[in-house]
Amino acid sequence: MSFPLLTATAAVPALGAVATAAVPAARRAAAKWVALAFSLVTLALAAVILVRFDPDGGRFQLTESHAWIKDFGVRYELGVDGIAVALIALTAVLIPFIILAGWHDADPLEGARPNRRWRPTQGFFALILLVEAMVVISFEATDVFVFYIFFEAMLIPMYFLIGGFGDRAGERSEEETATQRSYAAVKFLLYNLAGGLIMLAAVVGLYAVTADDLGTGTFSLQQIVDARASGQLDMAASTERLLFLGFFFAFAVKAPLWPLHTWLPNAMGESTSPVAVLITAVVDKVGTFAMLRFCLQLFPEASKWATPVILVLALISIIYGALLAIGQRDIKRLIAYASISHFGFIILGIFAMTTQGQGGATLYMVNHGISTAALMLVAGFLITRRGSRLIADYGGVQKVAPVLAGTFLIGGLATLSLPGLAPFISEFLVLVGAFARYPVAGVIATLGIVLAALYVLILYQRTMTGPVKEEVRSMPDLRPRELLVVAPLIALLLFLGVYPKPLTAIVNPAVDHTLSVVDEKDPKPDHPVTDAGWFHYSPKPEGASHDGASGGAK
Amino acid sequence: MENLIGLLVAAPLLGAAVLLCGGRRLDRTGHYLGTVLAGASFVIGAVLFADMLGRGEHDRALHSQVFSWIPVGGFRADVAFQLDQLSMTFVLLISGVGTLIHIYSIGYMEHDERRRRFFGYLNLFLAAMLLLVLADNYLLLYVGWEGVGLASYLLIGFWQHKPSAATAAKKAFIVNRVGDMGLSIAIMLMFTTFGTFAFAPVLANAEDASEGKLTAIGLMLLLAACGKSAQVPLQSWLGDAMEGPTPVSALIHAATMVTAGVYLITRSGAIFNAAPDAQAAVVAVGAVTLLFGAIVGCAKDDIKKALAGSTMSQIGYMILAAGLGPVGYVFAIMHLVTHGFFKAGLFLGAGSVMHGMNDEVDMRKYGGLRKYMPVTFVTFGLGYLAIIGFPGLSGFWSKDKIIEAAFAKGGTEGWILGGAALLGAAITAYYMTRVMLMTFFGEKRWEPAPDPDKAPSVEPGIEVRPGEMPHPHESPKSMTIPMVVLAFGSVFAGGLFSLNDAFLKWLEPVTGHSHGHSPLSAATVTAGTMVVLAIGVALAWAQYGRKPVPRTAPRGSLLTRAARRDLLQDDFNHVALVQPGRYLTRGLVYVDHKLVDGVVNGTAAGVGGLSGRLRKLQNGYARTYAVSMFGGTAVLIAATLLMRAV
Amino acid sequence: MNPVNYLYLAALLFTIGAAGVVIRRNAIVLFMCVELMLNACNLAFVTFSRLHGNLDGQIIAFFTMVVAAAEVVVGLAIIVTVFRSRHSASVDDASLMKL
Repeated sequence: MSFPLLTATAAVPALGAVATAAVPAARRAAAKWVALAFSLVTLALAAVILVRFDPDGGRFQLTESHAWIKDFGVRYELGVDGIAVALIALTAVLIPFIILAGWHDADPLEGARPNRRWRPTQGFFALILLVEAMVVISFEATDVFVFYIFFEAMLIPMYFLIGGFGDRAGERSEEETATQRSYAAVKFLLYNLAGGLIMLAAVVGLYAVTADDLGTGTFSLQQIVDARASGQLDMAASTERLLFLGFFFAFAVKAPLWPLHTWLPNAMGESTSPVAVLITAVVDKVGTFAMLRFCLQLFPEASKWATPVILVLALISIIYGALLAIGQRDIKRLIAYASISHFGFIILGIFAMTTQGQGGATLYMVNHGISTAALMLVAGFLITRRGSRLIADYGGVQKVAPVLAGTFLIGGLATLSLPGLAPFISEFLVLVGAFARYPVAGVIATLGIVLAALYVLILYQRTMTGPVKEEVRSMPDLRPRELLVVAPLIALLLFLGVYPKPLTAIVNPAVDHTLSVVDEKDPKPDHPVTDAGWFHYSPKPEGASHDGASGGAK
Repeated sequence: MENLIGLLVAAPLLGAAVLLCGGRRLDRTGHYLGTVLAGASFVIGAVLFADMLGRGEHDRALHSQVFSWIPVGGFRADVAFQLDQLSMTFVLLISGVGTLIHIYSIGYMEHDERRRRFFGYLNLFLAAMLLLVLADNYLLLYVGWEGVGLASYLLIGFWQHKPSAATAAKKAFIVNRVGDMGLSIAIMLMFTTFGTFAFAPVLANAEDASEGKLTAIGLMLLLAACGKSAQVPLQSWLGDAMEGPTPVSALIHAATMVTAGVYLITRSGAIFNAAPDAQAAVVAVGAVTLLFGAIVGCAKDDIKKALAGSTMSQIGYMILAAGLGPVGYVFAIMHLVTHGFFKAGLFLGAGSVMHGMNDEVDMRKYGGLRKYMPVTFVTFGLGYLAIIGFPGLSGFWSKDKIIEAAFAKGGTEGWILGGAALLGAAITAYYMTRVMLMTFFGEKRWEPAPDPDKAPSVEPGIEVRPGEMPHPHESPKSMTIPMVVLAFGSVFAGGLFSLNDAFLKWLEPVTGHSHGHSPLSAATVTAGTMVVLAIGVALAWAQYGRKPVPRTAPRGSLLTRAARRDLLQDDFNHVALVQPGRYLTRGLVYVDHKLVDGVVNGTAAGVGGLSGRLRKLQNGYARTYAVSMFGGTAVLIAATLLMRAV
Repeated sequence: MNPVNYLYLAALLFTIGAAGVVIRRNAIVLFMCVELMLNACNLAFVTFSRLHGNLDGQIIAFFTMVVAAAEVVVGLAIIVTVFRSRHSASVDDASLMKL
């Protein structure tokens, strides 16, 4: 038996969580290094997956399969396709930066009485690693039941991360911060739990349906897809739709789609910025990923049936999120609403059911992760310096901390999808993919790019330009540790913006396969140009037609 | 030779990267590095130009495939360059004027502590602009298109500590984004229509597509052009963009970036040729803008804003010409090049005047400067003669052709367009004469320098003591030499291009050309132009030359007052877009908090309230519980018996 | 004698016990009332056993006695502990276990 690479990639951060939590209270600093080391080992394993994965190979690769609960047909089945590989890589890349950025976020308050039992630092980093482990295994699971377990279990460490660690109170009272934080954590938990429970009903329903038709019930994605293709498994349209809705609801809460989005601004606003990045860049991606992997492939007919409504909701998310971002007074909530807008784009791309749309959506997940991380982490550095999240409390930072302002601007430009940076490619692909099938939706979504410019530039203008405010006058510029966090992210944004081919090469076959399961083909252009190669264009010589019309290949 | 094309873009890009990441170490030498790399681009351009001239007129185009950029299914975007005569013209203009303005900036920005960054941004602009004109497909063009937008944003807001500059920069970017939306929709339409968006296949097959689609593509391209080239209705950003340092206004907001719209329309000629409705829209936009800009230019007292109005108007001419189809493409580009010379020269002249006048921009506080700044006066004067179309100078050759082409449109349309173009020429003569007279002639109306704290418009780095009278002086060599070079261009370029129809023959293989049938002979048009020119100059002389210029602006007519407010463009945008938008976002924030969130919170509160009531039943007294148990049992028994009985 | 009369007696005893539980406050008396109810049940079980002619009821009666004995042990222990800490055997004083 070969080395269980996928299990190892999920197990290493889980072990890391245990190891970090076990560090004695007195050796607080060591916990950080332990966590960082384990996250780097995970990164290395993810790199091995990337290398071992053959884009042109089979559907699921590096598979592992063991019987788990025989009576219910539950198998411990793992396997990755291109989309999963890309997202595992994203997760593995981001976690070390999140740990580095949150280096001091869980330090005990100055002057706090040392306590032998109280170990917040250990807890903070252990929880982050635990989330990583669960996210990774969610990306790998090809068994619906296994996926469900980790999809739900993720809520527990996330709950503690949101509720237990927040920004220093700053100008608000410690008590108010704590109240707000616990409100945010409970809201996060309740929303996601509600989604998860409905999904659980659908999971059970799926088992019942497969048990009816196949004799033995199964949760295996591959088996169900094959059975549907061969006609063995024949779901009634209404059953399929109900099951689809059950799954989709859970993912739409996680993604989050309008009108299930209101937990995100609270959760991102109240948690520390590394945790906010963890939520939006990593955990939420499981939702959109699961739409691609489970919703579309298990229930292709129902997906098509629901598409119009979902597209409308996605468009509302795009515009609504952007408009609300413009209206925010709090930096972190602004970024949260911007993310809601971006998740609208991702869902639009997925349900456009075109190669460009879904390929773009997958790239979008990766690029949005990196760009939001860059913007949010720099925003976090800014907020730590001044102790306030309100935009109005800043002004003229550019003058005192030019590097901080510069990186903030680049993060912002990535968020508004400036060409040359990675998010542009994914956003444009999503737009093209949507436009090809639903031109009106494509045009409405395009409005989002104007609104994105508005909220990003307003944020930049109000915080970074203008006369220097008294309170920010002594603000230090980025420290080496902070630069170490931001610079590689920016480099990645630039690299993937100029040369996205390594990513597209992995993702494209997986997208093609998903589309073939759904049985959709790209719309054909009206007047396809047969010779796509370059040839010289020159207008017809004068006199050929008097009205001046010209054109024609030479 | 093909490999050199990439270097054209790479050289300034390298400069931008080094200067922006290099840190303080480069503060002393950075500006030289930036200038040298801009110059390198020009030299490479010149080498390629010489090579191109050596080949026959139909195989002059070069193509260079660098790498496959975004391959997803049928969607293929390459990083690939195409250098044909049209691109070549732009390359030489951009890198040539760009280098001159780099040199000028060495002197102009001497006292600014962030000069290194300024040069980094300028290099970034050059790279993006060259990418824009060298791309072989619309998506790569889009990269350059937004890249110049970014550079423009950074440079307009270069003095970020001034809130007005930061606001102007944001406004420019956002208005441009509206235009960019047009370009991206146009690209999507091309993709769904042709399955590709590379220039050659799209343009070669344009005629196959339905006219409706082509019209839609054309209108979206026009929207893009309106944004970048400050045409009505997206013109409002250009005036505010003058908040940027003057070299920026000269390079970006006069000579190069703002003409990108003209490039886009000319490049997409085949699409517009097959979509007459779109062409009509282009022509209308051009004609309206050329009058709009000219009228605004007449009313402004700020020298840079007057020139900005003029830029808008001149680009209106180019757009008008480009909208006329093959009759006008060549002349649109020709006017673009000559305009690049004289308008850049005029802006640099304005910068030089400001440099000597404590950064005063109000022309009412100039006057009589010709004696103190002879070089500036002469170069500015030559630029002035060129822009009004004085016979023999550059502007004359190019503008005259456009007016002729407008008449050649034929029918009522032709008369209207021709009339508008002629009227525009008259107004141009008027406002430029006004600028000239107020600045260099008449008595001195100088005023002591304002307190920099009270007047934040003073550019930083220039030592101004409050209350000190300006003592105008000629600018340093690094500033005057570029002005002299540009003045040469303003004088001779037009004549040189028209000699033996050289420019026409050069561009014709790319853009095509047809001679229209003008109802008026060429001589009549020229004569007419001369007459309106004389009228315009005479009017300005009567108003500003004969009588002294009042120090505070008179109230003026209704039109004048409207023109001072840019013909109410901002008021309109404010009422129609900004204000409703603000209410909408505020309303939505409220809705999100109260309604969307409220529904969920309300459910939670409802459940909580109900449980609060129920909790009262639990009073902790054992007998209460006992009673409820007995009561419950009794009810159960009663129910059972009742069921039995029934 | 008609065995049904025993049932009437059992009902009477149960009612007295129930009324005691509801009315009295002293924990010990309360306890005795509970015992009274349990024994009323036992009486009913035994009567039914007799009526139906099998032993099921008697067996259950024994079970009840055992359970009641165990309950008394635990219950008295609790009452003694509460009395020690509060110096009162009134059940109304031990009403803190509510939200």
